[in-house]
Amino acid sequence: MLPAADVPTYQALFTANPYLPQMARIVRVYKMVKDNHLFTMRFTDSELAQTFQCKPGQFAMVSVPGAGEAPISISSSPSRRGVLEFCVRRVGRVTDALYRLRTNDLVGIRGPYGNGFPVERILGQDLLLVAGGLGMAPLRSLLWYALDNREKFNKVILMYGAKTPADMLFREELVSLVDRVDATCLLTVDADPTGTWKGHIALLPAMFDHVQIDPANTHAAVCGPPVVYKFVLKRLLQLGFSKDRILMSLERRMKCGVGKCGHCSVGYKYTCLHGPIFTYWDAINLPEMV
Amino acid sequence: MKILKLPKNKLDFFASVVQQFGEVHAPVEQNGQFAFQPVRRWSEVRLDYNRTILPPKKYFLPPRETLLQYAGDAGYVPVMEGLDKKIVLFGVHACDVYGLNLLDLVFAGAYRDPYYQARRRNAAIIGIECTPDEHCFCRSMRADFVEQGFDLFLFDIGDYYFTLVGTALGDDMVLATGPLFEPVSHQDVEEYKRRSARKREAFRLHVEIRDLPEIFEMEYSSDIWQGLGERCLSCGSCSMVCPTCYCYEVADEVQLGSREGPRARTWDSCLFATHALVAGGENFRKTRPSRVKFRFYHKQRGFVAEYGRPGCVGCGRCIVACPVKIDVVEVLNQLRSVQNVASR
Repeated sequence: MLPAADVPTYQALFTANPYLPQMARIVRVYKMVKDNHLFTMRFTDSELAQTFQCKPGQFAMVSVPGAGEAPISISSSPSRRGVLEFCVRRVGRVTDALYRLRTNDLVGIRGPYGNGFPVERILGQDLLLVAGGLGMAPLRSLLWYALDNREKFNKVILMYGAKTPADMLFREELVSLVDRVDATCLLTVDADPTGTWKGHIALLPAMFDHVQIDPANTHAAVCGPPVVYKFVLKRLLQLGFSKDRILMSLERRMKCGVGKCGHCSVGYKYTCLHGPIFTYWDAINLPEMV
Repeated sequence: MKILKLPKNKLDFFASVVQQFGEVHAPVEQNGQFAFQPVRRWSEVRLDYNRTILPPKKYFLPPRETLLQYAGDAGYVPVMEGLDKKIVLFGVHACDVYGLNLLDLVFAGAYRDPYYQARRRNAAIIGIECTPDEHCFCRSMRADFVEQGFDLFLFDIGDYYFTLVGTALGDDMVLATGPLFEPVSHQDVEEYKRRSARKREAFRLHVEIRDLPEIFEMEYSSDIWQGLGERCLSCGSCSMVCPTCYCYEVADEVQLGSREGPRARTWDSCLFATHALVAGGENFRKTRPSRVKFRFYHKQRGFVAEYGRPGCVGCGRCIVACPVKIDVVEVLNQLRSVQNVASR
């Protein structure tokens, strides 16, 4: 039996039930890219909606009643309160059920979970975001966090590559960043079937030729398909980045989000507690990581 | 620590007294094996059991349990039925107490699991000393003796049970029996020490756990894993019977045409093919060798990194349960490139 001092009565234990989702309503579904919609959600408890705090890079467990629960990155920045945005890829049972819901329908949300990006380590320094394809989704919270707290960071650089303009997540808002003088936003597509794309037409690593990067003073957050890691990591290491200044966001099966269910373990760490943000140094030290 | 002794021939009387602290569960025989069951008659209790099929974790993390109920617009509601039931687990071996102590670490932390903790809060543990058989290696795992995690712990010293009183609740149990317990004498202590030394000699299996995590790192690409993967059936029996395996699956169940239904969790195993499968089809441990390796690695490397000790108590249940006779002691010694040797 546990020492009595450690454990309040069992009813009191349930005042903080980590498995209990709070209800939220879908307030907007924005069809960004096929099967990658942006869901805006708001807690039904308006006080919670205003006070909910998270760090960029954290995730939440989103419940679709009857279908189950899935871990999803919070795509909105904690600097913008009131609603939460989730860029959800329609890929499994829960997300499929979510796509069948409509505006004003109820979902459950619990969190935020995970370590998030080590923002405190990046403050005052340069931030480089490198995203490929759907990899923009977990980086978007950090991008807006940096832009909303612009004075706290030195240079902010985004490099984002997609196959075509139609495959680019958050395209309108990112295109509007290109003209900002306090940030460098390099958007590129592999090809432009529309002929109307005004950004770069080149592979993502080519974007490194357009900016000056000071590796000793920069943290790089990288997210994308394996091919992105392959070329971008190589480039960053060539530039002289220390392995613990390269940050990556991981995806794993999760059933609890709070370090109990065991599914998200990589090597000897839990993605939900010790991640989902890991450094490249962690990645090469943890088996099965990439 | 308060130390007393209980006359052996009064054990059944003591058992009847502890009923007032909760429903008494103890090991009884079941088809030639043993299982913790509610006690109907004290005479059917087998305190001389070697190991129960399932460890006591079944009481705290049941094979299946409903966590929440979804009730339409009301959202999710916690299901707390049965959590306030008081039980007394009578006759728990040291390794299993140690196993619960490990699970306590997992289900505590920043996000404490209220279901597990409520059940723990409502269970009393009366431990009992045991004799190692040919599959026991708890001594190697430092689980042959526990300093905490029990309310009372009984050691056979002949006509008496030498009794450690671990908690105030344990003391209440002692007091509830009236003058049944007696003070221990110097001779009793000497007898305890003699038997403790004799038990140490009885172990036939030994694994050295110092630097084992590092050896796991060195042997991460060893052929051993391929061979084990080819034998393993991915049946998960080892996980089900393991006192420290806690992985669970969670699923919503809906009744047709209803907007209500339970969210339940069930035991899972890292040996099942779906354990590391994510939506979209990516599976981080596709092959059996990778899953077998992960199970060993998590117990002997992961637990040590997280909690400072291996996630194994040396109870021998996985050795007994494995249909293809994968033997954890053999595997660990093979990794260390040593023969199975007797413990000292």
